[in-house]
Amino acid sequence: MEYLIHLGILFAVYAILGMGLNLVVGYAGLLSVTHAAFYGIGAYTTAILLTKSGVGFFGALVLGIAIATAVSLLIGVVLSRFKGDYYALGTLGFNTIVFGAFLNWKNLTQGSLGIPGISRPELFGINFTNNFNFLILALIFLILAYSVARFVANSPFGRVLKAIREDETVISVFGYDALHYKLVVFVISAAMAAVAGSLFASYITFIDPSGFRVAESMFILAIIILGGLANLRGSLLGAFFLILLPEVMRFVGFPSDIEAQMRQVVYGVILILLMLYRPQGLIGEYKL
Amino acid sequence: MKIIETNNLIKRFDGVHAVDRLSIGIEKGQITGIVGPNGSGKTTLIDLLSGVLEIDGGEIIIDGTKKISRLLPHQVSLYGITRTFQNVRLFEQMTVLDNILVAETERNVFGSFFEGHAQCHYKTAEEVLRKVGLLENKNRLAVSLSYGQRKLLEIARVLAMKSRIYLFDEPFAGLFPEMRKIISSIIQELKRENKTVILVEHDMGLIRELCEHILVMDEGKLLAQGDPGSVLGKREVIEAYLGR
Repeated sequence: MEYLIHLGILFAVYAILGMGLNLVVGYAGLLSVTHAAFYGIGAYTTAILLTKSGVGFFGALVLGIAIATAVSLLIGVVLSRFKGDYYALGTLGFNTIVFGAFLNWKNLTQGSLGIPGISRPELFGINFTNNFNFLILALIFLILAYSVARFVANSPFGRVLKAIREDETVISVFGYDALHYKLVVFVISAAMAAVAGSLFASYITFIDPSGFRVAESMFILAIIILGGLANLRGSLLGAFFLILLPEVMRFVGFPSDIEAQMRQVVYGVILILLMLYRPQGLIGEYKL
Repeated sequence: MKIIETNNLIKRFDGVHAVDRLSIGIEKGQITGIVGPNGSGKTTLIDLLSGVLEIDGGEIIIDGTKKISRLLPHQVSLYGITRTFQNVRLFEQMTVLDNILVAETERNVFGSFFEGHAQCHYKTAEEVLRKVGLLENKNRLAVSLSYGQRKLLEIARVLAMKSRIYLFDEPFAGLFPEMRKIISSIIQELKRENKTVILVEHDMGLIRELCEHILVMDEGKLLAQGDPGSVLGKREVIEAYLGR
């Protein structure tokens, strides 16, 4: 049971990450490979504040969102001028820089040693040290994130995002400044990633830079491509399958020393097969 | 009154002049035809007027005083200019209805989170779709439409913009007579509403039928202008089309 709760919490974290990224990749058609950077910013803000200051989890969460918003606003101003492959390369570069900062800004992040001893939240006397309570908290955040993403996707703003994805020149001829839309959706997505990061750091109680490298961004990308682009339920489905996949693979019986590598191979094979036979993912509405 | 003027407008591609020191004036509330052989710079001119291409020299003036030469497409749109494309460009993986709605709703990024006047927008969208005969296809994806339907949807989309100036780049190309009739009547209706229409077209019958004034372009320059009856009979115009 405890293990199922663990998987449930991980599912909630990755579903939040997936939905945020889906707004950028699926709706706006911008291939972003930097989601792990904002996930990391949320996680590190929470970890640093909870271990080095008197700020509580919810204060750290708000600050994590604020920092991710500010950073995404700064980098987004530059990235929004790009499209297509250039956008993907720009985001990849940014993820690499942020990972480098986590690794090398040792005074703040303790580098590759990571930050241990991150505390769990406490609210109105409810202690979230209990994993079941934490699962409830994670699911509440998942519902909130879904509501926000759904509101964004179903609003006229979401419709404009889709139009930008289809033809940026034409949407600008119709009087829309595509740059602003690309920037705002990038910031919303980053803020959602920071929420997931805060939850993750507080749940695992230890973080190090390895969880926020480009490979993690690729994993989140795999979630939304598998589940389906431009469909929020697809992100939930993708997170469900890819979080569950390692458990299924236990039954395959790979030797333990290559199990982790084989997981990466299986993720890669799944992506290749999807691109070949179902580029829109399981329930997606848009093909990359 | 001239609603759009260009003064010595220049656009080069790799040193070749696509538009070469072009000075023209477009009369307000008229249908102005732009004709000329392939490669004469007609579409480039439409791209420059709508801000899709940057100009290399000269200027574009709207309403007699406002220079719009250096503006981006979304800024040009604020002056009430809209256009169609020679090769139809729809929002392919969106529904027919959404293709129209996107032309109607709030342009401000924060305002666009809230659907103000939703009923009004739906009503207008359905009206323009009915006008072009696409209402029953409103929930289909644009990508699934036939060529003719795609052309009609593009026309419907610009109608929903409720602009002042419409730039149509070969709207009749490749269409069946029934569809041509629909577009022709839409353009005439725009004229009745005192809108300004610039029509790039190769079919001289349609140009004679619809346009009060035409501009003939050749090699990026203005070759002739005037009413269709007198201009299309000129020797230099016939030579430009048939080759000297």
